[in-house]
Amino acid sequence: MAILNAKDLTLQYEQRKVVEGLSTEIPEGKVTMIVGANACGKSTLLRGLSRLLKPAGGAVTLDGKDIHTRPARELARTLGLLPQHPTAPDGITVRDLVGRGRYPHQGFFRSWSVADDAAVQRALEATDTFGLAERSIDELSGGQRQRVWIAMALAQETDVLLLDEPTTYLDLAHQVEVLDLVTDLNRSRGTTVAIVLHDLNLAARYADHVIAMKGGRIVAEGPAIDVVTEELVFNVFGLESRVVPDPISGTPLIVPIGRHHASPVSTNELEIAS
Amino acid sequence: MKLSTTTTVQGRGSGTLVPAGPGGISPDASAPGRGSGSRGTAGRRTAWLLAAVVVLAVVSAASLAIGARGLPLNTVWDALTNFNPEDGNHAVVIARIPRTVLGLLAGAALGLAGAAMQGVARNPLADPGILGLNAGAALAVVVGIYVFGIGSLTGYIWFAFIGAAAAAVVVYAIASRGRDGATPVKLALAGAALSAGLFSLMNVILVSSQDTLDRFRFWQVGSIGGRDWSVLLPALPFLAVGAVIVLGGGRVLNSLALGDDIARGLGQNVGLARGITALGIVLLCGSATALAGPIGFLGLVIPHAVRLLTGPDYRWILPFSLVSAPILLITADIIGRVILLPGEVPAGIMTAIVGAPVFVWLIRRGKGAGL
Repeated sequence: MAILNAKDLTLQYEQRKVVEGLSTEIPEGKVTMIVGANACGKSTLLRGLSRLLKPAGGAVTLDGKDIHTRPARELARTLGLLPQHPTAPDGITVRDLVGRGRYPHQGFFRSWSVADDAAVQRALEATDTFGLAERSIDELSGGQRQRVWIAMALAQETDVLLLDEPTTYLDLAHQVEVLDLVTDLNRSRGTTVAIVLHDLNLAARYADHVIAMKGGRIVAEGPAIDVVTEELVFNVFGLESRVVPDPISGTPLIVPIGRHHASPVSTNELEIAS
Repeated sequence: MKLSTTTTVQGRGSGTLVPAGPGGISPDASAPGRGSGSRGTAGRRTAWLLAAVVVLAVVSAASLAIGARGLPLNTVWDALTNFNPEDGNHAVVIARIPRTVLGLLAGAALGLAGAAMQGVARNPLADPGILGLNAGAALAVVVGIYVFGIGSLTGYIWFAFIGAAAAAVVVYAIASRGRDGATPVKLALAGAALSAGLFSLMNVILVSSQDTLDRFRFWQVGSIGGRDWSVLLPALPFLAVGAVIVLGGGRVLNSLALGDDIARGLGQNVGLARGITALGIVLLCGSATALAGPIGFLGLVIPHAVRLLTGPDYRWILPFSLVSAPILLITADIIGRVILLPGEVPAGIMTAIVGAPVFVWLIRRGKGAGL
């Protein structure tokens, strides 16, 4: 069991409040996508949920216990995190980097064990990076590197995994690959996943649950089909759009209108529709 | 199935970084020996570490043999195992022991401190000399002599600790100002500026006080000669505690190397880890400086050289630095003894001659926070 819950959460950097009075729950065993415009506080929320940022007000609880009062090591065995731009030490091999995800499972007197070897092996296999294990991170492509970082987070073997924009700087094919991988993990291990994602269409496609944020607050949350609507897109992003069913998945697909390409007919239709 | 996916991904990727194609991965070739592969690496590293210990022993023996009066190694052996007080050569060997032991201790301390600093600051340019710790310790010792009339190492060492700690705090505070925090180059600049200021203050005191200068000469800058056991023993407990703290922190430094966010995500208390490691570093640098005066670049060069063998794993970098740094320091001391006979070049100057080009190379490479 691992239920991550935010209650009346306020997060701030120095004096600037970024998230204010926010309450939500990350549904267990599901993939949650946190979306919103730039600077809406979605990454900050993820930092608050993962204990990188201490709340200025309210609390984040995991299974009912405040994450800031639990021992850090113990929490790290349940709650894993991959921040936005991780940097690897020069010349580190894939296997070594993935192995560092085992840190919370080791102690001062309990160093590397057979269980650690097995966890690393599983993580490498799940992310399809086994063949790269002895290679240096520096020589991998962006997509491969991201899979390796996810493998490191997987080796931590947590019930909850938080990912901050895991697809940034990846081309479309690699974005899909990373999200497919995360879905695999969720389906096969039941890992609860929360992802901050920029791409609304991919978010709608891969989410079991969407949290849409604006100005540090939650505007809507629920299944993508209910949440991602033309009104919401306009409200959150200030963007006129058409939302149509994704021809592949049936999930909402956002088609932006913009100022240059809309034919009079479709604009007309939009006005009627709204 | 899985392998073919990997190959596809490589082909689809930019293809510039990887030798794409089937030969690039060769998982089959490496797969069977996988488990034993990592163990093999550990075995190889242990062998290298033992080799370094042997080299250190050889260098130490050479340090007992070489000097103004050169002695054959069998005389050294005789003096150690079967000391004859009547024999003048034996007396020379015995007299060289404290100097050699001091080289061992100061070298090990500075190598270890340098490696730990690079880890804790995630900064390839970190070194007790560059970041101003040695200068802080040296100035504090001179102030101790000048203001408080301290004349013993037991007294020096406390001043050295305070000076090193204060310098560390000041340099870090200066470098942390501004948006991007304590970047490697800002830290190095702040350290260099502070060092220059502290050393000139030190010179002001030395120039103005003949008495301080006289006593200061016994504690010559960057030299490991002219010490005896009474100087060494008081520093031992501090060195031991510092070494235990830092050597025990290999896994912690490994997690810090991934950045603060990931380290926290892995359950590391980042602030506490930095604080404890910094305490160990200050103990090591303060003791080494109190013993030998400010010796620069050792803590910079050694960990970088060591990485060529160990890769980025601090569980290996630390012990390798511990053993390798005294090899360089004692060698520098031996060369300094004979290069300008009958005079001596302090070991600290010799290490700087080796270290400065490496420092320039690191800056030019400019691969900042990568470590």
